[in-house]
Amino acid sequence: MKTMNQPNSIAVAMSGGVDSSTVAAMLAHSGETVVGLTLQLWNQNRLAGREGIPDVPKGGRCCSLDDVYDARRVAMHLGIPYYVVNQEERFEQDVVRPFVQEYLAGRTPIPCSLCNNHLKFDQLLKTAQSIGADRIATGHYAVNEYDEKRGRWILKRPADQAKDQTYFLFGLKQEQLAKTLFPLGNLTKPEVREIARAHGLALAEKPDSQEICFIPGGDYKQFLGAYLEEQGERVPETAGELVTSDGKVLARHDGIFNFTVGQRKGLGVSSPSPLYVLQIDPVSHRVTVGADAELASDTLRAGSLNWISIPALTESMRVRIKIRHRHEPAWATLEPLADGEVLATFDEAQRAITPGQSAVFYDGDEVVGGGWII
Amino acid sequence: MRRVYMDANATTPLLPEVVEAMRPFWTEQFGNGSSIHLDGQKARNAIELARETVAEFFNCHPAEVIFNSGGTEGDNTAIFGMLRPGDHFITTAIEHSAVLQTAQRLEKFGVETTFVAPLPSGLIAPSEIASAIRSSTRLISVMLANNETGVRQPVEEIGKIAADANVFFHIDAVQGAGKIPMDMRSFGCHLLTISAHKMHGPKGVGALYVRRGTPLEPLLVGGSHEHRRRAGTENVPGIVGFGKAVELAMHSLEDGTLVRLAALRDRLQTGVLQIPGTGLNGAQEGLSVPRVANTANIWFDHLEGEALVIALDLKGIAVSGGSACHSGATLPSHVLLAMGLDKVRARASLRLSLLKTATEADVDYVLSVLPEAVQHLRDLAPAAAGTLA
Repeated sequence: MKTMNQPNSIAVAMSGGVDSSTVAAMLAHSGETVVGLTLQLWNQNRLAGREGIPDVPKGGRCCSLDDVYDARRVAMHLGIPYYVVNQEERFEQDVVRPFVQEYLAGRTPIPCSLCNNHLKFDQLLKTAQSIGADRIATGHYAVNEYDEKRGRWILKRPADQAKDQTYFLFGLKQEQLAKTLFPLGNLTKPEVREIARAHGLALAEKPDSQEICFIPGGDYKQFLGAYLEEQGERVPETAGELVTSDGKVLARHDGIFNFTVGQRKGLGVSSPSPLYVLQIDPVSHRVTVGADAELASDTLRAGSLNWISIPALTESMRVRIKIRHRHEPAWATLEPLADGEVLATFDEAQRAITPGQSAVFYDGDEVVGGGWII
Repeated sequence: MRRVYMDANATTPLLPEVVEAMRPFWTEQFGNGSSIHLDGQKARNAIELARETVAEFFNCHPAEVIFNSGGTEGDNTAIFGMLRPGDHFITTAIEHSAVLQTAQRLEKFGVETTFVAPLPSGLIAPSEIASAIRSSTRLISVMLANNETGVRQPVEEIGKIAADANVFFHIDAVQGAGKIPMDMRSFGCHLLTISAHKMHGPKGVGALYVRRGTPLEPLLVGGSHEHRRRAGTENVPGIVGFGKAVELAMHSLEDGTLVRLAALRDRLQTGVLQIPGTGLNGAQEGLSVPRVANTANIWFDHLEGEALVIALDLKGIAVSGGSACHSGATLPSHVLLAMGLDKVRARASLRLSLLKTATEADVDYVLSVLPEAVQHLRDLAPAAAGTLA
């Protein structure tokens, strides 16, 4: 196929943060032809003024005007073309809707992985290709290398273990990895800030953002209510009983979406010893609570799998598994099940294995693959 | 790289004569038009000369011309300044957001608005305006030419309907001015808004025609400027530049410039429409409706419009698709949606709007780049078009 624009140019996904801005600076200064892109994913004004949502939205990551402004300024400073691409509809369909549905079904979703798996990389590559760029680069902390022997692209944990974002990238397909650069993989965050300063980027000291980009205040329950109201839908009736693991009814609750496995605060019951959410039943709407020790479980099942370092899991394999973002990967044996699922048996029981989160499998620094906890 | 600017409906460059006319008013002739001394008198004189030029352009009395900051202020002043709680307002679904959002704001204050939908051709049917009139209707606002499609609206007929119903009539002529001869008498309007930067004048200056006796409340108060209709020290260099731009525009309405421009636009349009899977927005059963000479709005099947705008920009061609939202991302044009286009087609539409200074070579360049760019995007289409579903 003919490439109409600059061949070999790279589209940098720019969020307006230090990391992606530094990537743009590094590539531009190394003589690459660089185009900056920001995906406009959510209008922060959209739910403003609805119940519990302030009229004037607070700043957030990815979707806020301030961040677009920052990204545009960096692009100007570097002298690279920069465009904002509207993907609000797709974001709503691929991320926001599933996010809401998951909570309503008693699970605890990870919107960043939903976005990376279903939208961000797919769309960035499409947009890049359509404007004549053959690769994309992002500011994720991860290493992506081609291994000749295995004939596969391998995703690895980065130099800065504290910034490791491989947990959110387990869904990347081989053909996506083949066209994706993670230039920060071998750098630490302080080094990245140093490079940003050296390139004269005004946002070198900008703080990191941790929150969900479309929920700047972080109150997901408020968001669910406001979003459903805007859609002309009611919050489905999911009120039910709060019970102990031996079946004793402690109280009634207002809806299963108020709970996350492992949650201690806001249960609405008093008890001599701390109580934690153990299980959420989306059918009976029963929420089971119990002592911390009862949270531990030594197996998990995961589905919707994606494999990176191996073509598929055909026999049992020793791996370390990360079950949430801030979890230290734990040793387990992975076994293939029917229906494209896997069963993991941990050497030591793990606390609060939460349906809706991802399980990412590691072999040393390599990401073997991952899936969604059922 | 060669750059071809085909986004004149967004803004236009100052003509050299305009820059020259403005030059003394930044430094030597810096006076305040309200001052009594000679410096002030010189500024006052320059403002009044420009006012006479604009009055000639409008075919009205100079006292009926109010200088302001541009199109948005003109639209806001006309609408906020005429409507009170309990009044009914009629406008159209294809107006600029300076009109639409003013109407939305007034809704909170007890002013109800009827938004008349266009025909699929982009024309507003005067009969639709007539049938929306109620006893409480106080104001009608319709644009002279649409910014997206260039379609010229039948304002004369609407003016007659307004007069018969004893309703005030405002025309947003921001996109029409300089492209369509204007006459306040034959338009039958009480208020009319224009902006300098759409007609090779400076940004930040415009004018509002206010027919004598129109009970318009000012938007800005705090001084006796502009016949007490618009407080604030006059933007003297801007007004002088505007006057010169209007003078040049009047000339170009008569010297064949627009005929040449229409021929150039038609050649461009014909060339683009030769690409399969394209069509003109603002047409009726294949026949074009009255349109300003510089604009062509074309839809493309099987591609993503936003990507086409970016790809063309990287090739040196400035055009627009849809309307830019707060972040600079593109939203599907509310005008095209109101005309009945589906979202996919509205999003995959390009507005090509030529400057009066456009050349044959500009059109040749666009025609040499655009078909290939469209083909490239369509080659990716199975993937790219899926994102529009």
